[in-house]
Amino acid sequence: MEFYVQLLISGLVLGSIYALVALGFAIIYKSTSVVNFAQGEFLMVGAYFCFSMVVQYHVPWLWAFLITMVFSVVLALLVERLVLRPMIGEPVISIIMVTIGLSSVLRSVVTAVWGTQIKTYDPPLFPDTPINLAGIPISQVYLWSFGLSIVLLVLFGLFFKYTKAGIAMRATAFSNQVALSMGISVKRIFALAWCISLVVSSIGGILIGNINGINISLGHFGLKVFPAVILGGLDSILGAAVGGIIIGVLENFSDGLLKTWFGLQGIKEVAPFVFLVIILMVKPYGLFGTEEIERV
Amino acid sequence: MSVNHCGDFKQTYKDDMRVLQTRFIRFWVYGFVVFLYVFPLIASTYVVSLTNMIGIAVIGALGINIVTGFTGQISLGQGAFLGVGAFSCAFFMNEWGIPFWLAMPMAGLVTAAVGMIFGIPSLRLKGLYLAIATLAAQFILEYLFLHLEGITGGSNGVMFPSPQVGEFYFDTDQSIYYVIITVAVLTTIYTTNLFRSKDGRAFVAVRDHYLSAEIMGIHLFKYRLLSFAISSFIVGIAGSLWGAYTQYITPEHFTIAESINYLAMIIIGGMGSVLGSIYGAIFMTLVPNLLSYGTSVLANVWSGAGDLIMSLKEGIFGLIVVLFLIFEPDGLAHRWKLIKAYWKLYPFSY
Repeated sequence: MEFYVQLLISGLVLGSIYALVALGFAIIYKSTSVVNFAQGEFLMVGAYFCFSMVVQYHVPWLWAFLITMVFSVVLALLVERLVLRPMIGEPVISIIMVTIGLSSVLRSVVTAVWGTQIKTYDPPLFPDTPINLAGIPISQVYLWSFGLSIVLLVLFGLFFKYTKAGIAMRATAFSNQVALSMGISVKRIFALAWCISLVVSSIGGILIGNINGINISLGHFGLKVFPAVILGGLDSILGAAVGGIIIGVLENFSDGLLKTWFGLQGIKEVAPFVFLVIILMVKPYGLFGTEEIERV
Repeated sequence: MSVNHCGDFKQTYKDDMRVLQTRFIRFWVYGFVVFLYVFPLIASTYVVSLTNMIGIAVIGALGINIVTGFTGQISLGQGAFLGVGAFSCAFFMNEWGIPFWLAMPMAGLVTAAVGMIFGIPSLRLKGLYLAIATLAAQFILEYLFLHLEGITGGSNGVMFPSPQVGEFYFDTDQSIYYVIITVAVLTTIYTTNLFRSKDGRAFVAVRDHYLSAEIMGIHLFKYRLLSFAISSFIVGIAGSLWGAYTQYITPEHFTIAESINYLAMIIIGGMGSVLGSIYGAIFMTLVPNLLSYGTSVLANVWSGAGDLIMSLKEGIFGLIVVLFLIFEPDGLAHRWKLIKAYWKLYPFSY
C-alpha cells in the first residue's frame, strides 16, 4: 500500500511541475499561436542562472529567486523581439523549427557556461528533513513544490479571468485583428505572454532543480510537456494544469507497476508519449481544448 | 520565376515538359553524373567518405522533403525511421541471410509500413498536432531500439555485414561510394518525376489547400498515407545505406537530433524542392566538418578554443537554422534561382 501512496505522491509532485511548464507553454500558444519547443531549455536556463546566483555568488535565496525572475523577463523580451517577431505569419513548420533551433542554441550556451556536470543547490531552498504525513515520510521539497505549483496555477487562473491584462491576452488569443481594433497592443501582449511563460518555466526549473539536481537533461521536460498540453487541450490554461498532473501520475504509476510486474526498464521516458498517441487518436483536442470545426 | 534563353522555342508539348530544358543544362547535368562516377579515382579517401555521407543525406533529405516539403505533413520522426531501415536491414541480413540487394528494399518496405502506422493520425490531425504525433513516434521507436535486444542488440548495437557481389565486398569507402551514389542518383530521378505525375501533383495540392484538394476529388487520407509511405521507404533505404557505410549501427545515431538535422536540411535547402534537398544535404554535412576543421586550426593558436567551439557546435547549428528561417525562409534553392535570374538578365533586369 505504501508503495502505491509513494508512487501517487511523487507522481503528483512531478505532475505539478509538468503543470507549471505546461502552463508556460499554453500561455504562449494561446496568445501568440507559437508552439514553443524550447520551453524545457528555458526551464534549464532559469535553473542554472539561479544556481549561479546561489552557489557561485552566495546571494540569499529570496534575492536569487527575484534576480532570476528579472533575468527571465529580459531573456523573454530578447527572444520575442529578435527571434519570434520576424516569424509572424510564417507557416507552422518554420515556427516549430525556429524554436527547435533556439533550443539547441540555448543548450549549447548552457554547456559552454556551466559544463555538463550535475549541479545541486547548496544550500537547498527547503530544509531536507522529511515531514510525516499520515505515517508516510514526505520530503519538504515535494510538499513545497506541490504547494507552490498549485498557488501559481490558481494565481494565473485568476489573472486571466479578472485582470485587465489577462482579459486583453484572452482577446488576443481569440483574434489578433479584433484585439487590435479594440485598442489592445498585440505586440505588447505577445511580449507579456513570453515574459509570463519564461518566469513560470524558471520557477519550475528551480523547483525541479531542488528535487533532482540540475543538468542538461532538464531540457527534456520541454518535450515531455507535450503529452500534458495535448491531454488538457493545447489552448487551455486549466487543461494545462489538469493534464500536467494526470500525466505525472500516470507516468509514475506505469513506470512503477510495469517495473515490479514485468521488470521493464525505462518506461518513464516513453510512457507519456504512448499516452500522447492514444489521446491524439481518441480525442485530439484534449479535455478542455477548443475543437476546430471546419465546414465547406 | 523562370527565365528562358532567348530563341529557346518549344515546338511540341513533349519538349516543353522535359526536365532538362536546354542542351546547355543537359550537357552539364550528364557531365556531372559522369564526373560523380570517376570522382573516387581522383579524390582522397577523406573526401570520398565525406561524399558518401552527403549521398546518404541527399537520399534521406529527399525522403523527408516528400512528406514535409511537398505534402505539408510535418514529420519529426525521420531519425527513428532511418533507424528502422538500418536495423531491419541488418536483421534480414544477419538472421535470415538475405543478400543486401534484396534486404535493402525489404527494409524500405518495413519502414514504409511503420511510417504508415504513424501516418494514420494524419487523417484527423494536421500541422502542429501531426508534428507532436510524429515526435511521439520518434520517442517510442527510440525506446524500442534500446529494448528490443533480439533485433537491435540494445545499446550495444549490431554488426552490419557489407554488401557483396560474388566474392567482391563493398567494404571500403571507394566501393560503397558507387552503391550510395547510384541510389542517390536514382532517388533524385524518381523524386523529380514523382512531382510530374498525378500522385505528386495531388501531394502538392494537399499541401497548398487541403480543402480545395478534397473538393477536386483528391482522397486526402489516401494521399497523406501514400506520401508517408513513399517518404519512409526512401528514408528506410537511406538507413540501410548508412548501415552499409558505417558497418556497425547503434541506437545512438537515430535520435531526435537526427530528425532535427534532416528537417534543418530541407529548410536550409528549400522545402518542396528536389534541388533544395540536395543543397541542404551538402550544406548540413559540410558545415560540421568545416567547424571541426576550423576548431583544429584554432586549437593551434589558442588551446581553449577547441573545447569552447565543440560545446558551441550544436548551438552554431541551431543559430544557422534560426538565421536561415528569419532571413532566407525559402532556402538555398530559391536564392540560387534569384542569382541565376539576376545574371541572365544582367545588366537590364527590368
